[in-house]
Amino acid sequence: MPGSTASRFKGLTSSITSNYYVRKLAVSIITLLGISLLIFTLARVLPGDPARLALGPRAPEEVVEQYRRVLRLHEPLYTQYYYWLVDVLQGRFGISLVTFRDVAVDIVEFLPATVELIVFTLIIDFIGAFVLGVLAGRKPNSIIDNSVRIFTYIAIAIPSFVWAIILQLVIASWLDLLPAYGRLSVGMSVPRITGLVTVDSLLTGNLPAFIDGIRHLIIPSLSLALGSIAQEARILRANLIENIGKDYVLNMYSHGIPPTVIFFKYALKPSMIPTLTIMALDTASILGNAFLVELIFNWPGLSRYGVVAMLRKDLNAIVGVVLVIGLAYTLASIVIDLLVAYLDPRVRHRR
Amino acid sequence: MSLRENSLLLEVENLYVRYRKYWYTLHVLNGVSMSLRRGERVGLIGESGSGKTTLLKSILRILPPNGEIVGGRINYNGREITSLSEKELSHIRRREIGMIFQDPMAALNPVFKVKDQLYDILRYKLGEEGSKSGNRVLRDRALELLSDVKLPDPERVLNSYPFQLSGGMRQRVMIAMALASANSLLLADEPTTNLDVTIQDQILKLIHKLVIEKNLGIILVSHALGMVNRMTDRVYVLYAGDVMEAANTSEIMNNPRHPYTQLLISSTPRLSSVGVGEGIKGKLPDYRFPTPGCRFAPRCPYAMQKCFAAKPGVTRLNNNHLVACYLYE
Amino acid sequence: MSGDQVSGIAFKDLERSIRRENWKRIWYRFKRSRLSIVGLSMVATLLLAAIFADFVAPYPHHAGLYIGFKDAYKPPSLEHLLGTDMYGRDVLSRVIFGLRYAFFLISIVLSLVVPTGVMLGLIAGYYRGTWVETVIIRLSDIFISLPPLVLALSIASILEPNVFNAMLAVSLMWWPWYVRLTHSMTVSLRNEPFVLAAELQGASVIHILLRELLPIELGTILTKVTLDAGWVILIGAAISFVGLGAQPPTPDLGTMVSEYSKYLPDYWWMTLGPASGIVLMILAFNLLGDGIRDVFAGE
Repeated sequence: MPGSTASRFKGLTSSITSNYYVRKLAVSIITLLGISLLIFTLARVLPGDPARLALGPRAPEEVVEQYRRVLRLHEPLYTQYYYWLVDVLQGRFGISLVTFRDVAVDIVEFLPATVELIVFTLIIDFIGAFVLGVLAGRKPNSIIDNSVRIFTYIAIAIPSFVWAIILQLVIASWLDLLPAYGRLSVGMSVPRITGLVTVDSLLTGNLPAFIDGIRHLIIPSLSLALGSIAQEARILRANLIENIGKDYVLNMYSHGIPPTVIFFKYALKPSMIPTLTIMALDTASILGNAFLVELIFNWPGLSRYGVVAMLRKDLNAIVGVVLVIGLAYTLASIVIDLLVAYLDPRVRHRR
Repeated sequence: MSLRENSLLLEVENLYVRYRKYWYTLHVLNGVSMSLRRGERVGLIGESGSGKTTLLKSILRILPPNGEIVGGRINYNGREITSLSEKELSHIRRREIGMIFQDPMAALNPVFKVKDQLYDILRYKLGEEGSKSGNRVLRDRALELLSDVKLPDPERVLNSYPFQLSGGMRQRVMIAMALASANSLLLADEPTTNLDVTIQDQILKLIHKLVIEKNLGIILVSHALGMVNRMTDRVYVLYAGDVMEAANTSEIMNNPRHPYTQLLISSTPRLSSVGVGEGIKGKLPDYRFPTPGCRFAPRCPYAMQKCFAAKPGVTRLNNNHLVACYLYE
Repeated sequence: MSGDQVSGIAFKDLERSIRRENWKRIWYRFKRSRLSIVGLSMVATLLLAAIFADFVAPYPHHAGLYIGFKDAYKPPSLEHLLGTDMYGRDVLSRVIFGLRYAFFLISIVLSLVVPTGVMLGLIAGYYRGTWVETVIIRLSDIFISLPPLVLALSIASILEPNVFNAMLAVSLMWWPWYVRLTHSMTVSLRNEPFVLAAELQGASVIHILLRELLPIELGTILTKVTLDAGWVILIGAAISFVGLGAQPPTPDLGTMVSEYSKYLPDYWWMTLGPASGIVLMILAFNLLGDGIRDVFAGE
């Protein structure tokens, strides 16, 4: 049939290009490329000789010159970028000045620790914000509400690294309730299957290690999460209070629907939507603050690796870490976008 | 102002309602009395802010947390409901009295489908029976309701979100919801104000038809006199939380006695008269500082000294016509 | 004088008096909001302490390099309200000087970022639908799609670690947010009648942007600036904490937290000083920002 394949193909491409999420993913990838170009350019613009820096001041000139050719330093910038991009896409991020391995290998080694930390943090964040927000929103102007309000106001003003220091001091040192450093206590070990201590210990049936891992996760995650919990709990509370007064709640009330059902179903759902949107921004903060928190707790994760790389000017490592974090953030914001669309039909139907 | 008859469905006696704000209180309803027989159609007119919605909400006891009834009583079916507990009230809310809200877009939860909200209403209305019956029963009842309000394609409406429906359709959904809970009384708060003019007529006719079909009493709140004229048998005129006049609709429209009602009627543009009418100078009194006198006195062209001193009592002019004004005492 | 000239002069007077009225009204509303008063007083107190640090701090010479080992590691006392650090320097004095660096950071960063960001946002919004807008927005999108702290840290890491480069890093990370904000506001106002009227009258683009659009958007921008001030401090402190900003012995708050935290848990009061300084600054600007938001909310 003439034209049917053509029209079907047209239909397919138009549905791909019109699908909001595919477009967003494509834009994000382009954005990530842009970031990589940005960092790459900045790094190359840096005064100083990357080859010399890598090999040290005592390396003979011919070796340095050879390395310069390897790094293609004599070629125009866009050529350098092109070859660098090709390498990256094949998983070669260049050699780290610190570990002398391919940065990709380093990333694979250190990433799971950060993943575990961030995921645990997000779980605490979500639960904490939910509980606090609901507790406060249930009974406005009560003692609970007012204490939550005061707490959140102050908690927002305390940066994650300050929280880290406070919690480390109070909980680990003074009260001696939880460990202060690292992922596992000395003597405990867990075979590396996924790299996630909690998962691996469960997979090998090692319950004490699992508990130990969780205990080590608590303070670092709390430090990262508290600021976000405070922020999101405030938004959730404000939305709950505002939505409880809306006509659609009154409508349900007038039909004799129990107040508990109204609160937890009809008021909560519309209130979750702005809260989730804030969670996306907070995830960015958490990813950023992880750099400091991992440093403080000596957490062997990607972010601590990144900080060391930054202090030692290990450019390949810096670029690698930034790319991975950028990718992670992009994925996270797409996930949150999807969640919001799931909750809010108006968003879904506008796409 | 109550008519002492049997089969009184609703009787509001001397109701005082106030709203507590942080550092002041709004004394809105100032001793409102009204009554309604079974199947009677009553209108409640007055300008915006006069307490009409507050009165409706008080009947169903759905005032906001800062609103409280501080005087008077409301009797429904001979039973006093002002002091009932929430649990006891839920029976009335689910199976006796239904309310149509003013703005259908605001009164329907935007993130839930129509069917979610309607099913919940039906589920709680049916009570024991409802929790046992599956979705199929709820669905059938819901579709029934939606076709009662003349919605074409009720299935599609059930599965839609409010923003996907037109204004007229949303209002029909709201009427359906109100009907689900209304066994004997319907409270309609300006049901057509937020609709297109072309739809207003349809909706009004629909409400009229349903009220007659199901023999429901209705309190129709409006500031559109034409609508009240067509739909109601009796009218209460409310100003600033006080009932100023109450009579049969035709009496009110053609022979208003209270100065406020007179001004209200005359300021309505009509096709038959010349000019647009004057409107009423001034505005509602400040509810924060209630005065002992007649609340309309500051704007009344016939105000006398005693009008400011104390609230006038109720004078019965003839069979059904009641006025609260010193001019008639 | 011709009639046109007279009316022209009178119009200018009218404009001026309207503008004066606007400011009076804003000040009046500001006074009524309790949050803004508290916030303003906190910020003012901290600012005065920072400016007059030499007089306010009990031991101003301890701010930089100073060694007095006999007084080192002392817990808080009447002579040293926040105790002394490992070199015997008075922590309180150093914190007060640290405030100075914090305010310095805010002013430099915001005076760089806000005018450029707002200007770019206005241009992008005005030239909606053209390549100008696309370029500006895409460029700022690139910066926004990275978590802010990560971007700031990586920029700082490429440069020499000092105060100025820290400021540069924060600025480069911050500007796209103002572009975004201004752009979205401008877009919604772009096709309003008053803009089209000005265009028809032959007003220059600069005039439209600065005299027509900007005044309307100023309230929101000011709110954001004030709320942002706290976050600028936070990011700045984070950069210094990691070691990429001000270096010891500079009394930068973040650097101090990093230095002193090495002595936890034994001499914990040392860390308390600069940490509280950071928290107070952020809290003050949060309060002020909330207050300003309340003032402009009704506009």
